[in-house]
Amino acid sequence: MRILVVEDDPVLSDGLRAGLRMFGAALDIVANCADGRAALAESEFDALVLDLMLPDGSGLDLLADMRAGGDRTPVLLLTALDEISDRVKGLDAGADDYLGKPFDLNELGARLRAISRRQVGRASPFLSCNGIVLDPARMSVVADGEIIGLSRREFAVLEALMERPGLLRSKGMLEERIYGWQEEVESNTVEVHVHKLRAKLGRNVIETVRGLGYRMKVGTP
Amino acid sequence: MKSASLRTRLFLILVAATGVIWFFAIGWIYVGTKQEVESVLDARLQEAARMVASLGTGKSIGTPSADAAAESPAETLIYERQLACQIWSFDGRLVARSRGAPSLSLGGTEAGFSDRRIEGENWRVFALEDTDRGLRVLVGDRLGMREHLVTDIIKGLLAPTLLIVPLLGLLIWSSLNRGLRPLRKLALELQQRRADDMRPVETDRAPSEILPMMAALNALFSKVESARRHEREITAFAAHELRTPLAGLKTQAQVALGSSDPDARNSALRQIMIAVDRTTRLVRQLLDIANLDARQNRRPDAYLNAGAIIEEIVVAQSTREGLRVEVDPALNGIMFTANAELLTLALRNLFENAVQYTARPGLVRWSLDRRSDETVIVVEDEGPGIPPDELPLVTRRFFRGRHKSPSGSGLGLAIAEIALSANAARLNLENRTDRSGLRAEVILPRGAAIVQRDAVAEFEGRTHDNRFLTPEEYHLADVR
Repeated sequence: MRILVVEDDPVLSDGLRAGLRMFGAALDIVANCADGRAALAESEFDALVLDLMLPDGSGLDLLADMRAGGDRTPVLLLTALDEISDRVKGLDAGADDYLGKPFDLNELGARLRAISRRQVGRASPFLSCNGIVLDPARMSVVADGEIIGLSRREFAVLEALMERPGLLRSKGMLEERIYGWQEEVESNTVEVHVHKLRAKLGRNVIETVRGLGYRMKVGTP
Repeated sequence: MKSASLRTRLFLILVAATGVIWFFAIGWIYVGTKQEVESVLDARLQEAARMVASLGTGKSIGTPSADAAAESPAETLIYERQLACQIWSFDGRLVARSRGAPSLSLGGTEAGFSDRRIEGENWRVFALEDTDRGLRVLVGDRLGMREHLVTDIIKGLLAPTLLIVPLLGLLIWSSLNRGLRPLRKLALELQQRRADDMRPVETDRAPSEILPMMAALNALFSKVESARRHEREITAFAAHELRTPLAGLKTQAQVALGSSDPDARNSALRQIMIAVDRTTRLVRQLLDIANLDARQNRRPDAYLNAGAIIEEIVVAQSTREGLRVEVDPALNGIMFTANAELLTLALRNLFENAVQYTARPGLVRWSLDRRSDETVIVVEDEGPGIPPDELPLVTRRFFRGRHKSPSGSGLGLAIAEIALSANAARLNLENRTDRSGLRAEVILPRGAAIVQRDAVAEFEGRTHDNRFLTPEEYHLADVR
């Protein structure tokens, strides 16, 4: 899951970076509305965590601009103003969820998973394909009744591929899912992770489309 | 103490005033009537005496022997036979007397009016002498009777009065009730008000007498309301400002608990330390501002040395890594009276602000500026400065501009300004012209500051040169 965080408190954003990474998410963090707009124009995110009181304006303005521009990225508002009227205003402005500070990291992770799941029109919390069942909440993968141990990045690659089985994912897109921009991308990592995944799940599970990317093989493996 | 009723008070005043007026009126009538009655009756005596004298000495008045037995007591026939008449010859013989007249002589030998006491009764007598016939005519009436007459007149006046008094009292009481109704209505309205209802009282139909009171009440309501709104805003802001660092703390704590990587755990713990420090400062500032709001005593209470205060502040500041702090030694020569606590608070917040915004490595400089008749303590930092349009706003509580520091609360400059104005000093903020950075000027009240040249000389002698000192050097110099 790739998440953009717009939050100006350095301790909190650092905590989010470390915390959400534990859930297998790749994070990009900006501290104001302008950088948030630039990031949204640049890349696609599975979810946006948005603070309301930002140095250069209100997060609600950014949200309104996004929705007016047709951006459907799920948005979770994160704010210290959590009167009911504030929540209503935020949700009516186009937010998908709302969390008052201080919050529980696990709850934030669960809500982010929920709104990104809804975004792709999936009701089940699990991803499954060809006998492989992936549980994003527990970060566990079960293949043919057997628990498979995966590293955080292997998990992120598999999750990206399983979200739309049969759909092609480019190497660049998979890299984005593993790393935020603020992290240095190691070369060949996607290949390395796919190789390891094949070793753990079976050679035919992931299909390589030469020069384009990877996809989950649909049908009999 | 039982509260006095305005109605009872007014009632008593009105009744007493009415009573006093009536009392005086009756006294006046009594005296006037008495005088009038006396002059009328005196004139009658005179006239009667002349009449008797002109009639001569016939038997027409009646003989004393025949009438003596028929005499009636004066009391029962008070207004009958008011007059008694005697005719005496000059040689002392009673020639004639009227019925009811005493047998003893009513008068002496002199003519005119006289008062006499005969047979236990007071008489008013008029004597007329007829020298031609050698007769003296004496006509008198009883003073008791006159008194009786006046008393009867007064009694006649008093009877209706006594009947009217209770009626008047009743009338006054009910008029007061009616008159005081708007006051009662207002009291009832205020009684039924909820504690948080600060709407102004309706003054449309209020009598002009209680209008000033209602206006004052409404002014008070609006003052209380604005104070409460202000307080609510502060509380909301404070809650917001506290929630973000708390969220950071909680998130970092969860990361530290959930992370298996020791580096990640340590990093989270370090972040927790930073967050705790910032939150501590924020809480301290919130308490400072609450104290400033509640504070009564803002009098100057100490004779302060600017250099000493600044040294204390600089030494106490813990986050100085990579930062140089310069203090102009001339500040040691500035003595002034101020409230020590408030002034220290102001200077400390200005310094913390400067430290916060200055990038490392950097320099924060304290200096003295003496221009015309003003003494100015200056703090300069090497931060981004303040956008000119935000300069008038930065001393507002919780205002955080575009160049905000991540650890700021938006309270520091507000605290400095309040604490300085309580000391009759002013805060002037401007951007540095020599480079980017903020120049904060503390302008001491005129006449408050005294430059002690000796102190400067002594200080300069001690350090041998005129360069700026670092806080450490200050510290050492102090310990020596």
